[in-house]
Amino acid sequence: MNNALIIGQYVPSNSFIHRLDPRTKIVIIFFFVIFVFFANSVASYGLLTLFSISSALATKIKLSFIIKGLTPVWILIIFTFILHLIVTKEGEVLFEVFSYPIFSGAVILGAAIALRFFLLILVTSLLTLTTTPIEITDAIEHILQPLNRIKFPVHELALMMSISLRFIPTLMQETEKISKAQASRGVDFKTGPMKDRIQAIVPLLVPLFISAFKRAEELAMAMEARGYQGGDGRTKLRELKIERRDWLTFFGFALVILSLFLTRS
Amino acid sequence: MEISFKNVDYTYQPNTPFEHKAIRNLSFKVASGTFVAIVGHTGSGKSTVIQHLNGLLTPTYGEVSIGDYKLTPEKKIKNIKDLRKRVGVVFQYPEHQLFEETIEKDIAFGPKNFGANEEAIKERIIEVMQSVNLPEQLLTRSPFDLSGGQMRRAAIAGVLAVDPEVLVLDEPTAGLDPRGQRDMMEMFYRLHHSKKLTTFLVTHSMEDALEYADHVIVLDKGTKFMEGKPSEVFLRQKELNEVQLDIPEVIKILFKVKEKLGISLSYKGQSTYDLACELKAALGGGSTNE
Ligand SMILES: Nc1ncnc2c1ncn2[C@@H]1O[C@H](COP(=O)(O)OP(=O)(O)O)[C@@H](O)[C@H]1O
Ligand SMILES: [Mg+2]
Repeated sequence: MNNALIIGQYVPSNSFIHRLDPRTKIVIIFFFVIFVFFANSVASYGLLTLFSISSALATKIKLSFIIKGLTPVWILIIFTFILHLIVTKEGEVLFEVFSYPIFSGAVILGAAIALRFFLLILVTSLLTLTTTPIEITDAIEHILQPLNRIKFPVHELALMMSISLRFIPTLMQETEKISKAQASRGVDFKTGPMKDRIQAIVPLLVPLFISAFKRAEELAMAMEARGYQGGDGRTKLRELKIERRDWLTFFGFALVILSLFLTRS
Repeated sequence: MEISFKNVDYTYQPNTPFEHKAIRNLSFKVASGTFVAIVGHTGSGKSTVIQHLNGLLTPTYGEVSIGDYKLTPEKKIKNIKDLRKRVGVVFQYPEHQLFEETIEKDIAFGPKNFGANEEAIKERIIEVMQSVNLPEQLLTRSPFDLSGGQMRRAAIAGVLAVDPEVLVLDEPTAGLDPRGQRDMMEMFYRLHHSKKLTTFLVTHSMEDALEYADHVIVLDKGTKFMEGKPSEVFLRQKELNEVQLDIPEVIKILFKVKEKLGISLSYKGQSTYDLACELKAALGGGSTNE
């Protein structure tokens, strides 16, 4: 799992951001994602960058770990930037690469899009870095509560989400174990021609599916044995509570948004 | 093959908040043909150690040698497949690795990967089915139709089919009934001698370690806590208890006999029956019905 993508990983800590109510974090990120698209000046982009970086610092997770964990995303960002350099033909010609003209508009637009992309990924990954999957599903269930009126199965949806999230690490461990067992029997997952490598996936996938189905069956049995029936009247083990720090955070975020509109050109 | 660890460290997920040093400064040396038992509390690093033996993991620091193969942090070995052919690993719950339509195909999977020819594979399959005590009629059945114990045997047959020189077993009897555990250990012991293997057994059973191993390595928190002949290591009850390990029943009885009856019998690896005879002699004879 070395150098894996960190999106979706939770890093335990006791920072201010970790202690925020998950609903606060989700709502703020939801609006952040919208408002990122309103930035259109150097100052407004600067403001949002400042907000994102300081939030990242406030998680007490090493910034270098976060940045490195986003490596695959970096590649995408750079790719986007280069694509813009090639296709956008606005403004004046800055210089030429192999007699291909690069326009000033392309550089500005490319940089803006790349930055926007980076901010979106950074802030959304802060949610999963600081919030346990269980908290996230609890929060989503709460937020979607009104949909219950139109007979939308909110509780079942949340249950499905939390079960899938719960089993991601288990499945990853299982994958690692089985691939090690098959590697010991001479399977080569890492080198060799593409065709062989694709074939090498079969001895990995078959056992993985079998164990996933077995687990699902066992879990269903265990839930039934304990008389589980979701939805109405079921109380929660963890009550979500909006505290003072959540209000403070909302207030701070509102200030950022206000400043965003003031710094727009 | 001679196997040695020199000041080996292994860290999982280095340079992340999840960094975890699973092995620290571990050194030992094992001569070819030895039956080694590795014991230790859960999480002491046993499985991490044995994954170095066929290059699934390479040390973060130090050096592991398996015969002529050297694993160091600096360079990857090129002929890793060759190493894996010579070191067979049976993981915990090996039945989870079965995947083919028939047992025959599943057993053939390893040898085929390592480039054995059809003829040789056919012969090996017959041989290993006998070794693991499965009837040949099962060969054409799906591995998923078998009982748990049979699945385990089929999976082990798949590792043995490669004909390794070093056999590594990670808690091979976990989850079997007592009779099945005994049969399986006897099977490994037989193979160890008949094939002149070097065997590594990770186990929670001090009885098995005492009975089958020539050499015991006790791990605690990723490092070596003790090492030596089982009949000597297991006399050190106090130290073993410190690392949450028990001593075998036989030795416990010896200690009790000394404590209660004041008779001290020395332990030299005798069987329970011989010990009982010695005790009887020490108590001054009597009738033979015990
Ligand atoms: N893939 C992994 N990633 C991170 N930590 C691991 C991994 N595998 C094992 N560990 C940790 O390393 C330590 C030793 O594990 P292991 O070698 O499996 O112990 P044992 O087999 O003695 O129970 C444990 O604390 C375990 O949590
Ligand atoms: Mg283990």
